[in-house]
Amino acid sequence: MRSPILQTAAKYLLPILLLFSAFLLLRGHYHPGGGFVGGLVASIAFVLHSFAYGTDNTMKLLWYKPLTLIPIGLMIASAAMFAPVLFGLPVMTGLWFDQPIPVIGMIGSALFFDLGVYLVVIGVVLTILFTISLYTH
Amino acid sequence: MIDNQIIATVLVHLFTALLQLAFWRKTVTQRILSIAGTLTGFLFAANLFTKVYTGSILTMNASNWEAPFGIVFVADMLSATMVLLTSIAALAVSIFSATGVGRARMLYGYFPIFHFLVMGLNGAFLTGDIFNLYVWFEVVIIASFVLLTLGGRKAQLEGAVKYMAMNILASTFFLTGVGLLYGITGSLNMADLALKIPEVENQSIVNLTAMFFLIGFGIKSAVFPLYFWLPSSYHTPPSAVAATFGGLLTKVGIYALFRVFTLVFTPDEFMKTLFIVMGILTILTGAFGAIIKNNIRRLFSYLIVCHIGFIIGGLGLYTKVALLGAVFYLIHDMIVKTNLFLIAGLIRQLRGTMNMEKLGGLYAHYPKISLLIAVVLFSLAGIPPLSGFWPKIYLIEAGFSANNYAFVLSVIIGSFITLYVIARLWSEVFWKNDPAEEIVTDSFKPLKPFKKMLLVLPIGILAATTLYTGLNAEIIIQVADRISTEMLDTTPYIQAVLGN
Repeated sequence: MRSPILQTAAKYLLPILLLFSAFLLLRGHYHPGGGFVGGLVASIAFVLHSFAYGTDNTMKLLWYKPLTLIPIGLMIASAAMFAPVLFGLPVMTGLWFDQPIPVIGMIGSALFFDLGVYLVVIGVVLTILFTISLYTH
Repeated sequence: MIDNQIIATVLVHLFTALLQLAFWRKTVTQRILSIAGTLTGFLFAANLFTKVYTGSILTMNASNWEAPFGIVFVADMLSATMVLLTSIAALAVSIFSATGVGRARMLYGYFPIFHFLVMGLNGAFLTGDIFNLYVWFEVVIIASFVLLTLGGRKAQLEGAVKYMAMNILASTFFLTGVGLLYGITGSLNMADLALKIPEVENQSIVNLTAMFFLIGFGIKSAVFPLYFWLPSSYHTPPSAVAATFGGLLTKVGIYALFRVFTLVFTPDEFMKTLFIVMGILTILTGAFGAIIKNNIRRLFSYLIVCHIGFIIGGLGLYTKVALLGAVFYLIHDMIVKTNLFLIAGLIRQLRGTMNMEKLGGLYAHYPKISLLIAVVLFSLAGIPPLSGFWPKIYLIEAGFSANNYAFVLSVIIGSFITLYVIARLWSEVFWKNDPAEEIVTDSFKPLKPFKKMLLVLPIGILAATTLYTGLNAEIIIQVADRISTEMLDTTPYIQAVLGN
């Protein structure tokens, strides 16, 4: 069943939801939000797209299999976790740049950890849901 | 003393697993990475052990948050020993897996998951925070679910359902206990809890909380009456996986029992009696279960249960000698049980079956391998001067000095039944003539010498460790002595974590 209303809505909602997920990811350090919620919202954007256009079309939109996001995300998160060790600090200590970056604000290793979580969550959710939906068709 | 390197044994396995994910479906690279990773992990663990053995208790404040607010990692003698033993066992399993695990399983991520599992184990041994301990337990059981179901045979899924149901139940109990503990004291740091628990006015709610931990860890370490999931799930996965499970997974439950019931709670008389009764019944049911089994791995599964009882009973006696014996038994048990399941895997390679009635004549065909296996089996049965013998002496001595003859008797019965079962196994599998009518599928002989070596070498490594434990018992007793001293006097631990 292809509904034109849903298709049109999904076309506009996809970028908005992705933008919102990036917003959640960035504000997560001191406010509610963060990598996990951001990742869920981003994957909802793609799930909505797959409802409207079919899973095959969403897969084309993604270029790569969502599965590949899991190791990439894990590596980014682990690198952020390991980075302080190079400075002689305990694992997972927050490292911060001295100067704030315009728009985003202060950037620290915690943001990269969150980014890793964000990618892992997208990868896991989309892999599970797409596998189920491809099986049922 | 603060030492940021104690987490290295955890990180090594994390990064090995990540590298292997980068080499997804390249099984040869994954095998090499796995052996290199476990070898590095072993070196770090040995380094950690020597540091703790020659120095004092080491701590690390993760994220640089001071204890008791942040999560602290602590390496005392018990943790360092457990990490070292885990690393030895992991090294052996990883070498064995290189040929002992089918390519299909490797393609679906056997090695990364194995390393995540070992990472979780090391984390659980090193953490000083009780909620963090729960998190590491979750890492371990999620990895173990995947390892158990990988391959997807029907028997495996059946075993996995039982395993999963019981472990989720155990986690629920554990988490409820953590929640109650936090509600009572407002702290999750184990050293901090050790100080705050005695000050709680309502001690009955503390005892209630302790029961939650007892049930949670009891299921995980397979004590009576909570062990039934173990023999019905451990015989299903490949032998390398079963070795990890049999040698390490139940022992992490035992470790948690030791940690929680010596540091956080001090057992009262009722608790101690409960431990001893559970220990006795675990020994007896496990031993009698082992008598009637014909499948080698099912038999070994029951022996795991039986020998867990020795350790639990030793904890229940709660004297210095008893704890020493229990810790020594734990050290011996981790290595031997891992080895037993690897041996079961090797026998399957040699003869294509693990049913004792269909086996026979291994000694005539493979005398050298049989002798190697004999060393392990004799240590398990506790023939002096091998490693199973010494801890039993201590346990029996502790039982006598506590006038607890029921425990002494059950240790003796457990040991004799183990001896009987092992003797039966030896005569059925190794000495009996080849059953003529059976068609033997020997998938070992056609292997290249290098692959043969990869299957036998890990058993040799573990057998050498066992021999060392038995013949050099003085050193192991020194280690166990320090561990039991630290268990009875927790002040150094608390000081190391919280300062003064």
